[in-house]
Amino acid sequence: MRSSAIVFLAAFIALSASWAGFVLAPQLQLGRAPLEKSLGTETLYPVARPGLAAQGAEVYTALGCVYCHSQQVGQDGVRCDIVLSEPGTNVLATLAALRSVDENLGKPETLANLPKVIKTVATVAAADAIVKPLRETGAKAGVKIVPTGSDISRGWGRRRTVAQDYAYDLPVQLGTRRAGPDLADVGARQPDIEWHLRHLYDPKSEVKDSTMPPYRFLFEERPAGKSDPADVLALPAGAAPAGKEIVKTDAARALAAYLVSLRTTDVPLQEAPFTPPPAPPAAPATNSAAQ
Amino acid sequence: MTATTSTSRIDASCRLPLFTLFGGAATWLVLSSVFSLVASLKFHAPAMFADQAWLSYGRAYPAWSHLLVYGFCVPAGLGVCLWLLARLGQVELARPLLITFFAKLWHLGVLVGLIAILAGQTTGYEWFELPRYAAVILFIAFVMITVWAFVTYSQRTVEALYPSQWFILAALFWFPWIFSTATLLLQFFPVRGVVQAAVNWWYVGNLLNVWLTLVGLASAFYLLPKLTGRPLHSYYLALFAFLTVILFGTWTGIPNHAALPAWMPALSSAASLLSLIPALAVATIVILTGRGTPVSRNGGPLCFTKLGAWALVLATVLLALSTSPGVARVTDYTWFTHGQTSLRIYGFFGMTMLGAIYHILPHVVGTNRIAAGRMRINFWLFMVGTVIFALPLMAGGIAQGLKLANPDVAFLDAAKAAMMGFRLSTLGELLLLAANLVFLFNIVSAIVSYYRVLCRSAYEEATEQLEPVGVKP
Repeated sequence: MRSSAIVFLAAFIALSASWAGFVLAPQLQLGRAPLEKSLGTETLYPVARPGLAAQGAEVYTALGCVYCHSQQVGQDGVRCDIVLSEPGTNVLATLAALRSVDENLGKPETLANLPKVIKTVATVAAADAIVKPLRETGAKAGVKIVPTGSDISRGWGRRRTVAQDYAYDLPVQLGTRRAGPDLADVGARQPDIEWHLRHLYDPKSEVKDSTMPPYRFLFEERPAGKSDPADVLALPAGAAPAGKEIVKTDAARALAAYLVSLRTTDVPLQEAPFTPPPAPPAAPATNSAAQ
Repeated sequence: MTATTSTSRIDASCRLPLFTLFGGAATWLVLSSVFSLVASLKFHAPAMFADQAWLSYGRAYPAWSHLLVYGFCVPAGLGVCLWLLARLGQVELARPLLITFFAKLWHLGVLVGLIAILAGQTTGYEWFELPRYAAVILFIAFVMITVWAFVTYSQRTVEALYPSQWFILAALFWFPWIFSTATLLLQFFPVRGVVQAAVNWWYVGNLLNVWLTLVGLASAFYLLPKLTGRPLHSYYLALFAFLTVILFGTWTGIPNHAALPAWMPALSSAASLLSLIPALAVATIVILTGRGTPVSRNGGPLCFTKLGAWALVLATVLLALSTSPGVARVTDYTWFTHGQTSLRIYGFFGMTMLGAIYHILPHVVGTNRIAAGRMRINFWLFMVGTVIFALPLMAGGIAQGLKLANPDVAFLDAAKAAMMGFRLSTLGELLLLAANLVFLFNIVSAIVSYYRVLCRSAYEEATEQLEPVGVKP
């Protein structure tokens, strides 16, 4: 190459191509795309975080939580469980329809202990092809879409995360390393704010072998009995220094509120569908340890 | 004017800018090693510094990456580029005092960014943590230095271009574009949601896989022929490497797991695979250019440069492997990527820059003032440190990833699978800190020796004039 003009031209072509591809194109495709409704509802998704959680997002960024915690759930694919809930009145027709799917299904045992999963297929189309003739016989059958993959099996989310999930995040904290667990769905696994506060103060008190550093600077040590009990972190006896109590700072409260607000995979979307479990009966939420 | 005097005048014109750029780079490099140690210690003793927000992992780690890239890589690379432009064009550096001023401004911007990160003002984007007020300082400083670099280039007396010059011109063109795009679209007019992540990854890919490669290869393609006394083999192979680096490298950087439209990570991993082509070209150039010359083990600039070029080849192979969909399932989200990136930055870029600086500085100082022994100590410490830092991280990352992919293994067991490798890598960081201290000492003592000679000759000149007056019969 003998002329500097050609060098610049080559550099310009190469860089502007990737700029158009990786900066301009996603902006055109995603940057202004209107929000879509979540599946089966009339609500636009997502909704912006409430005030305290929004402040907590800033604390999350300032503390660099992203260097150890990702906020993305992946999935390998989906499987479709065909759930038969009622055999209908014409049992013989139902059995015939079942037999046409699979010889082994066309037996009276299939109709016992309903509702149950009678067959699992790989695609929604295949599932529909089975369910439709069943329904025509008067049986009640449905398809349950279940995402699969190691993240899902770990309980880190119900479905994969997609671009739409992050529409209101600034800065977006996807993360590229999992020195700690993924947090996209941590609010669903662990909805207890006090748990998060205790965990931030001393991770080992909640997760025995935790490798997370304690974030004691988010709390203040004050003489016991001087502060509003609502501000004091409830610790097991002996965990606080003698004669002192541990008081939550605003930053700690905001961060915990943000963590609890992280329920990224709660709702099914067109591009990432799943069948949510039926609404549970009004029972107290369990506080099983998040992991 | 004879050729030798003009060469020494060219070197002299580079003196002040290079003292500022290299001296600052060496200082930041030491400081970045300190922060990387602080960050690592968090995994040995999590409760250490638990009462100090500014020493928490999430601040020490970005302080390390910020200082490494903006403190060391860019100033060191700029210094090498300026000297090469002047030497290859056979022209004195234009406006050295202005360049020195803007080099100092750059270092000020790095300092402002560092304080902001430690105070929690980070932007939250990896490798681009500095807030906008620091980013603006860096941008102005870089553009102004680039302006005078282009002026120097346009005044060159040797018309024909040497391959290193293509790499330098492209690098000087590249950085302002990617840096301003990232600053504008992430900080001034932030784009929505995952588009930020796309911009961030595009920027990081171009910074680490293109900019560093361009500058490092510019230096390697100059020094390899120079120090082996053989011509570059060959011009067309270098041209091929140049074109493929900019064509393919610029598309790398988007990880496979990204919550982006699937074509983007797919395109990125294809580009990483294609990056093997320039890596192969570089390997061929290194072998064919150095063929027949005795293998040098003296730890001098040639050792640094050769090893750096090989580290680029290795890092590119690892990049291509780790972004291929099958392997990425294991290596994504693990310490592997940290090890692989560090291998590229320390092993390739750090090595080639140290070699270039050790070659350039004696010319600029005026005499050969860096003791070969101290250079050798730096070489071995840096090389062993890089190996012990990067390789265990990658091995640990694979162990971690295999367990992470299996949902039956508890998460903490997976995280702890990497800890053995991680602890070893801390030893590598210690060695790197020692190497960087030696480097800083060598640079500073070379600069000091220049001023000492300057003072002594000025003193002697002054006393010579005085003597006839003072001596009385």
